[in-house]
Amino acid sequence: MSAHALILAGAGGERAWRLQDYAARGGYAALRRIIAGKTPPEAIIAELKTSGLRGRGGAGFPTGLKWSFMPYAFPGDKYLVCNSDEGEPGTFKDRDILRCNPHAVIEGMIIGAWVMGCTRGYNYIHGEIFEIYQRFEEALEEARAAGLLGRNILGSDFSFELFAHHGYGAYICGEETALLESLEGKKGQPRFKPPFPASYGLYGKPTTINNTETFASVPFILGMGGEAFLNLGKPNNGGTKIFSISGHVRHPGNYELNLGTPFPELLAMAGGMRAGRKLKAVIPGGSSAPVLPANIIMDCTLDFDAISKAGSMLGSGAVIVMDETTCMVRALERLSYFYHEESCGQCTPCREGTGWLYRVVRRIERGLGKPDDLDLLRSVAGNISGRTICALGDAAAGPVQSFIKHFADEFAYHIENKKCLVPPLVQEAGSQIYM
Amino acid sequence: MLSQESLRQIDREIAKYPPGRRQSAIMSALRIAQVEKGWLPKEVIEFVADYLGMPPIAAYEVATFYNMYDLRPVGRHKITVCTNLPCALSGGVYAAEYLKKKLGIDFDETTPDGKFTLKEGECMGACGDAPVLLHNNHRMCGFMTTEKIDQLLAELERQ
Ligand SMILES: Cc1cc2nc3c(=O)[nH]c(=O)nc-3n(C[C@H](O)[C@H](O)[C@H](O)COP(=O)(O)O)c2cc1C
Ligand code: SF4
Ligand code: FES
Repeated sequence: MSAHALILAGAGGERAWRLQDYAARGGYAALRRIIAGKTPPEAIIAELKTSGLRGRGGAGFPTGLKWSFMPYAFPGDKYLVCNSDEGEPGTFKDRDILRCNPHAVIEGMIIGAWVMGCTRGYNYIHGEIFEIYQRFEEALEEARAAGLLGRNILGSDFSFELFAHHGYGAYICGEETALLESLEGKKGQPRFKPPFPASYGLYGKPTTINNTETFASVPFILGMGGEAFLNLGKPNNGGTKIFSISGHVRHPGNYELNLGTPFPELLAMAGGMRAGRKLKAVIPGGSSAPVLPANIIMDCTLDFDAISKAGSMLGSGAVIVMDETTCMVRALERLSYFYHEESCGQCTPCREGTGWLYRVVRRIERGLGKPDDLDLLRSVAGNISGRTICALGDAAAGPVQSFIKHFADEFAYHIENKKCLVPPLVQEAGSQIYM
Repeated sequence: MLSQESLRQIDREIAKYPPGRRQSAIMSALRIAQVEKGWLPKEVIEFVADYLGMPPIAAYEVATFYNMYDLRPVGRHKITVCTNLPCALSGGVYAAEYLKKKLGIDFDETTPDGKFTLKEGECMGACGDAPVLLHNNHRMCGFMTTEKIDQLLAELERQ
């Protein structure tokens, strides 16, 4: 864990997560100060803008700016939604935040409600983490009992209700408008944008959606000041970020680092490559982010701008590490299967295209590839990009395009020789975790 | 159709949403019903739809859209193994193969004694604990080496 960990500080193992423990760590001080001093919403938005906080859910949109879009004076209900539907392969940070620091998320949401005039909020929690959902329900009960949620928070005239909503297995519900549909009790099919949620969101009312880690960062920003938070990272990339590192490293896990930390430092913290093998490639921001070969990623710093300049995305901060035992065709086959499975089926280019991509990659993997299959993949991927309602289409096309771009030889070898460049037994040995 | 306890739990979910928005509780209501019944027969889905005052077809749509609802009977213990890429890099696929061999079934099959059903899962947001599996949708088990799989199966076998 980096010396600057905020959200996960002291979280090695099962950190005390209850309200009294959070309060002992300085929790809810920011909220108390805001309510006691009636801090104007604009002042908090200004602080967030100074902090350089960018959304931690994948798109990296500046949070202060997003919060300023909400029509504060809009009469009636306005909603605040936390996106804990973490299902982007490689990402497992929100689960850890909710496990060891649920009150940081709750405090961040209450502050958000204060800033945007929201009356009600929901935390949408990924289906597969039921135990975490139950814990969050308990944390909410604690906050209600302490007068931090509900009517007349801390004796003020500010009221905000917050509830947990449990998903039940659909990656697409991580997309914010699909999530809203799901909250309304429907299939999780993304909506056309515009209108954007800030004008037409949950139940047709103004709504703001942020990622779990985004909300959890807010109390720390207001505690230390926007400037100090910004300085932990680098310009336009403020603060710390939790990196979920998985794959062929000795110690997979979550590491909270200052944005702008060189990639090799993260790799070293994760214990380096498993069994001392050679790094081959890294997907730096969750499975939807383009893959980068070892020589490019080793020169990168971990922040939105640097990773984007290198041709990929920081995304959710999920770093998937692959060593020399990885067959890139097989890796891509698994990812393509995922997008095909999870496409909601609304748009033809995505529904048909993801199936087509998967079938072509699969046939290459099985030794049935044809000489012009790589061109075919490029053209199918190109026909999905930019022609769909939501970004899942691009997310499916990105891996295909980048795998072929950087590992063309390996795909060509597969097609020509009808087998993997990396022998199956070597692949199997590479994925053994205990040796 | 559903027990008093299940209905009480569903009522608690309904109370989370604004008046007139009972449909928002459909996901939880189906989950609660499935926990009680083991799976979701047509009549149960219709009952839940009726309870929430929504058209049955809208409830079916939800039940079929989300992966964790079982629309056909499953074994007493449903084991869902994640084989997505991050897990596969750390033994997920081999954990699944081991389970298939031990249970003598393939994905989407149930053992003849009705005890175990095996499913292939997508990322569960726990890739750092790979290999990862889910028992009956609600209990997550991580670092599932063959040894730990043996232990888990023995424990479930005893239940
Ligand atoms: C297919 C798809 C899946 C997504 N999954 C998630 C997710 O699991 N968690 C998340 O916070 N954002 C996810 N997003 C991004 C959200 O749509 C949204 O941008 C984000 O929650 C906004 O929060 P932020 O500004 O705090 O990042 C996903 C987007 C797409 C297109
Ligand atoms: S791009 Fe794919 S997942 Fe997104 S709305 Fe269209 S069909 Fe659904
Ligand atoms: S890939 Fe298996 S839990 Fe994420």
